[in-house]
Amino acid sequence: MSMAANQYRTAPAILPAASGIRGVLSDAFWRKPKLLLFLMLLPPVLWLGVVYVGSLFALLLQSFFSIDEYSGLINREFTLKTYGDLLQAANLDIILRTVTMAAAVTLASIVVAFPIAYYAARYAQGRWKALFYLAVMLPLWSSYLVKVYAWKLILAKEGILTWLLAKLNLLWLLDGWLSLPIVGGNSLSVSFTGTFIVFVYVWLPFMILPMQAALERVPGNLIEASSDLGASPRQTFWNVLLPLALPGIVAGSIFTFSLTLGDYIIPQIIGTSRLFIGQAVYSQQGTAGNIPLAAAFAVVPIVIMGIYLWMAKRMGAFDAL
Amino acid sequence: MRSDRNQKTPLGLKIAAGLGLIFLHAPILLIFVYAFTTEEKSYQWPPPGLTTQWFAVTWNRPDVWEALSLSVRVAAISTAIAVVLGTLCAAAVSRSKFFGRETVSLLVILPIALPGIITGIALRSAFALTDIPFSFWTIILGHATFCVVVVYNNAVARFRRTSGSMIEASMDLGADGFQTFRYVILPNIATALLAGGMLAFALSFDEVIVTTFTAGQQQTLPIWMLEELIRPRQRPVTNVVAMVVVLVTLLPILLAYYLTRDGDQIAGSGK
Repeated sequence: MSMAANQYRTAPAILPAASGIRGVLSDAFWRKPKLLLFLMLLPPVLWLGVVYVGSLFALLLQSFFSIDEYSGLINREFTLKTYGDLLQAANLDIILRTVTMAAAVTLASIVVAFPIAYYAARYAQGRWKALFYLAVMLPLWSSYLVKVYAWKLILAKEGILTWLLAKLNLLWLLDGWLSLPIVGGNSLSVSFTGTFIVFVYVWLPFMILPMQAALERVPGNLIEASSDLGASPRQTFWNVLLPLALPGIVAGSIFTFSLTLGDYIIPQIIGTSRLFIGQAVYSQQGTAGNIPLAAAFAVVPIVIMGIYLWMAKRMGAFDAL
Repeated sequence: MRSDRNQKTPLGLKIAAGLGLIFLHAPILLIFVYAFTTEEKSYQWPPPGLTTQWFAVTWNRPDVWEALSLSVRVAAISTAIAVVLGTLCAAAVSRSKFFGRETVSLLVILPIALPGIITGIALRSAFALTDIPFSFWTIILGHATFCVVVVYNNAVARFRRTSGSMIEASMDLGADGFQTFRYVILPNIATALLAGGMLAFALSFDEVIVTTFTAGQQQTLPIWMLEELIRPRQRPVTNVVAMVVVLVTLLPILLAYYLTRDGDQIAGSGK
């Protein structure tokens, strides 16, 4: 018995102080967790703070500079002249066009996304559910440019859509639509309709995912209770389902709205020659060399999104993200 | 059994959801057909004939290889930076509460929440103000910044599921901080980091908007494709490259999904 006690005694109650630089560091982190926390936060905060927030400040700063019209050089003095230029009628047109497009794209995404999200949330189970998830995730992550390119192939005059409509004897419909003012054009790939379709396509998964998350949380019993109490499916949809799904819809609309506001590649490749905000930013900083005006243009989506996010927050959209 | 799960699906909903899924996938499948078309000058459908010759032509194009190599190098380095920064940030945010914690998570998400053009023009203005010339490293600076968030999202979700008592147990059993990290924490978060890293790679490999503002004369693969889209020179080569890009981005996404599928479906949620 005493032998056994002796064996236990050989292990010291307190370990010897750790040795070497590794031990010292390890002990220091244990005694001062704040130090470890500080060291862990330092690199990412430094990177994002300097590179990203610093750049945003540079952007804001640039928008208060102006360009000398004769020499083309940037005059680094505080002025509101660039914002004055931004408010010219032509530029306001660009802003209005972009916001209208963003709103239309958002509405259409809601309509197209809803059946997919609702089916996935309420009816798909097990294997099917995983399949649905992947079916939304894969287009979301596949290459943006390839997706735009695919639509260039589809919407081209000699492309598959025209072929399909010809087979269905529906070409008159396409021609009729293209002859309309504003939304029409020579072919779908050089019309606002084309731009609109591609925007909806590219941002659709961003709407489906939060919408599905919100719909998952709607108890099915509520829907049944509603019909038990005599509501028609239509009434149930408008008075029960939609209000409960609203936070998810608003969360999704943040993406579709913001992404449409900032995109400059889709309208450049599929669309008319009339500019969107993103294209204006790009051409001002590139060919025109007017970084201050480009910066001022870029502030517009930030302000619009700021207002949008503030309203979304009041509607409880962030709980659904 | 909840009463809400044993209902028949309405036919209208089935059709609408099915059409939606076709809308999402058909365009990508179309790319695969066009890679084999014999038509050179237009986007004619149906293809007049099928051929595999464009694969050989693309294989022998040095400009495609250069763009591909630049994209891979940029994506690899950006991913490495993003994995380190994202993991550190996720560890700090999930293991303790501190002043400014919300600000830090906002800071990480901001580069992806704001439209890419804002990130792009912001970096462009910063380079202009500080007279930094465009280079390989300016591209990486941009890419690493928006890649942090995907690693962070995956790591945070995993840390949340990893019980803190395991770390305490490891310390109680005499492991020092580094041993605990190496033998307890790392094996627990490894698959989440791998998934986050792959998504970061896919994100960087595919990025075009920020890159146009930070690249100067260098061409990553997406920039090469953009040039071809605006001024088509050889459409069949573009078709083949598009198909390859789809396949190259598909793999890491599927892998990332399988690495994180049990429990938290965080891997891809929100780009």
